[in-house]
Amino acid sequence: MKRTHSLALLRSMLRIRRIEEALADRYAEQEMRCPMHLCIGQEAIAVGVCAALSAEDAVFSNHRAHGHYLAKGGNLNAMVAELYGRAGGCCGGRGGSMHLIDLDAGFLGATPIVGGTVPLAVGSAWAASLTQNRRLTVVFFGDGCFEEGVVHESMNFASLHKLPVIFVCENNNFSVYTHLDARQPERPIYRIAEAHGMAAYTGDGNNVEEVLAIARNAVALARQGQGPQFMELHTYRWREHCGPNFDDHLNYRTVQEIEAGMNGCPIASYTRKLEQEHGDMHPEIERFETEIREEIAAAFEFALSSEEPGINDGQGKIYA
Amino acid sequence: MPDMPRPDITFAAAIREGLDQAMEKDARVIVIGEGVPDPKAIFDTTAGLRDKYGDRRVFDMPLAENGMTGICIGAALSGLRPVMVHQRVDFALLAMDQLINNAAKWHYMFDGKASVPLVVRMIVGRGWGQGPQHSQSLQAMFAQAPGIRVIMPTTAYDAKGMLISAIEDNNPVLFIEHRWLHQIKDSVPEGYYRVPLDRAKVLHEGDAVTVAAFSYMAVEALIAAKALKSAMGIGIEVLDMRSVRPLDVASVLKSVRKTGRLIVADTAFRTGSIAGELISQVAEQAFAALKTHPVRIASPDHPAPTSHFMAKHYYPGPQTIADAVLDMTGTGRDAAAYREMCALMLRDGPHDTPNRGFTGPF
Repeated sequence: MKRTHSLALLRSMLRIRRIEEALADRYAEQEMRCPMHLCIGQEAIAVGVCAALSAEDAVFSNHRAHGHYLAKGGNLNAMVAELYGRAGGCCGGRGGSMHLIDLDAGFLGATPIVGGTVPLAVGSAWAASLTQNRRLTVVFFGDGCFEEGVVHESMNFASLHKLPVIFVCENNNFSVYTHLDARQPERPIYRIAEAHGMAAYTGDGNNVEEVLAIARNAVALARQGQGPQFMELHTYRWREHCGPNFDDHLNYRTVQEIEAGMNGCPIASYTRKLEQEHGDMHPEIERFETEIREEIAAAFEFALSSEEPGINDGQGKIYA
Repeated sequence: MPDMPRPDITFAAAIREGLDQAMEKDARVIVIGEGVPDPKAIFDTTAGLRDKYGDRRVFDMPLAENGMTGICIGAALSGLRPVMVHQRVDFALLAMDQLINNAAKWHYMFDGKASVPLVVRMIVGRGWGQGPQHSQSLQAMFAQAPGIRVIMPTTAYDAKGMLISAIEDNNPVLFIEHRWLHQIKDSVPEGYYRVPLDRAKVLHEGDAVTVAAFSYMAVEALIAAKALKSAMGIGIEVLDMRSVRPLDVASVLKSVRKTGRLIVADTAFRTGSIAGELISQVAEQAFAALKTHPVRIASPDHPAPTSHFMAKHYYPGPQTIADAVLDMTGTGRDAAAYREMCALMLRDGPHDTPNRGFTGPF
């Protein structure tokens, strides 16, 4: 892979990480008054998959959507303003962290009902197929979501009609505090997708180049009309299910497991890899850090100077 | 020479014609549902559409009501105008998540940046042992969600015109049709026309009592109105409500200010029915205009039993409405006139079929 391309992947992951860390740092100020699910530790999936897409392709997501939104090119200012409930937010303050949208970036929507957007992505792909539009649709969801019936209903229809949709299952082993072992029998998730009659892949979701390689292959096949593609990517959620903090004191997972999970840091491991291949990365990383810091500062400034919506602004736009 | 009016057509044929003309006019309209292209064609409401528009616009559907509703929402967000069909309302309960969490809220929660032009047809079953899970009338449950429209046309004319308006509307519209309306005929223009989705219609004028009726209960109310007028000389005003959300409260208030009395006849279970909501709004806004307490006429608060022996007195009908009118107006039941009125309202045929021609099975 070209050095510039590798650096772009690294920068994109680092940007998501730093943005979410900044959100976590300021969450205690009590001004971002909405549930927030951070993807810290899981950035490689969003970045690797979105790097395989074109601007016109569509993405749907779930409650843990910041990374997907940002990797697809969603507007950072509008996202931060949304978290602050301001009029300049991407939903004008109606949605918060769990409802992100940026139609210009092809980010068609994220919602927090588990499985809620999976059929919408299939519908988007169906419309593209019926109107001979080359646009692909990607939907991100978690291992918990795979337990929802609607996901299997969606896969069934996507496979039946050979629709250009890519299902991306981010398997972080947890639904809130409940481990996969308590929720699913011991069998690989991606093999169930395969049984629905679609191509399915699995890989290390913390290895951004591996994610990108799987995604590129899936994107190429889907664009050729080979039907839906499914990716199960393993990763690890570092912080609490919902909120800005680490939650190791709750003891629902062992110290060893957390350490192993954090050792798989997609950014640190990719930095090491790039240094082996290209030598010292510090100057580039320093530059990225500075640029990202400035961008984040500007986004918070935008958000906090964005107008507070009026008390009546929650009433309209019920019907189109 | 002026065009001869064509013979009346059925409610089912009017739906078929509305679908056909909407599909012809707008290539974005697609139709999908369990059985849509099959030989029975959803009680002939989708007959011939597959032949005319092909298998890329007319679809059968996996038995996956929630997933398919979400898929239709996704297609609607992407520029198509899907019409989904459920042969029974009861099946749509499986799709409540997608209808309420996504379809109803998408426009609102994303600040008006997207909308869901989706029509979902749902059929209310009745009679011939439809039983607890094939006969529910759940309009109030759906209508509780802001962002969704719920309509219940009663005439063939309205079925076609409101279906066309629903397909053209940019919001999710639940189009609830009572199975016993399918074979009722009236005059339907041949061309493409629209009927508003938010307005009640006066079916019968009168000044004694206002009867605001939904769907098939409007047919029953009209039978009662004619019998009351002819045998007892009592004029009731029958409003076919046509829409459940929004509720055309203004039309009901106008009528109640004239009559001072209100009966709401609903096809649903009494408790939590839209009849209760309508009465609440009238009481809030025009309490002083009411000469007596309003009355709900609705199904009893238990599921419809399957056995025709038990179902015999389950559904309220014209007699229930007429008796309520007499009670409300303090009218004595003069023997001869009352008997004449009752005779005028007698059903032709068994209690559990819409007409003599119906021989089952659904």
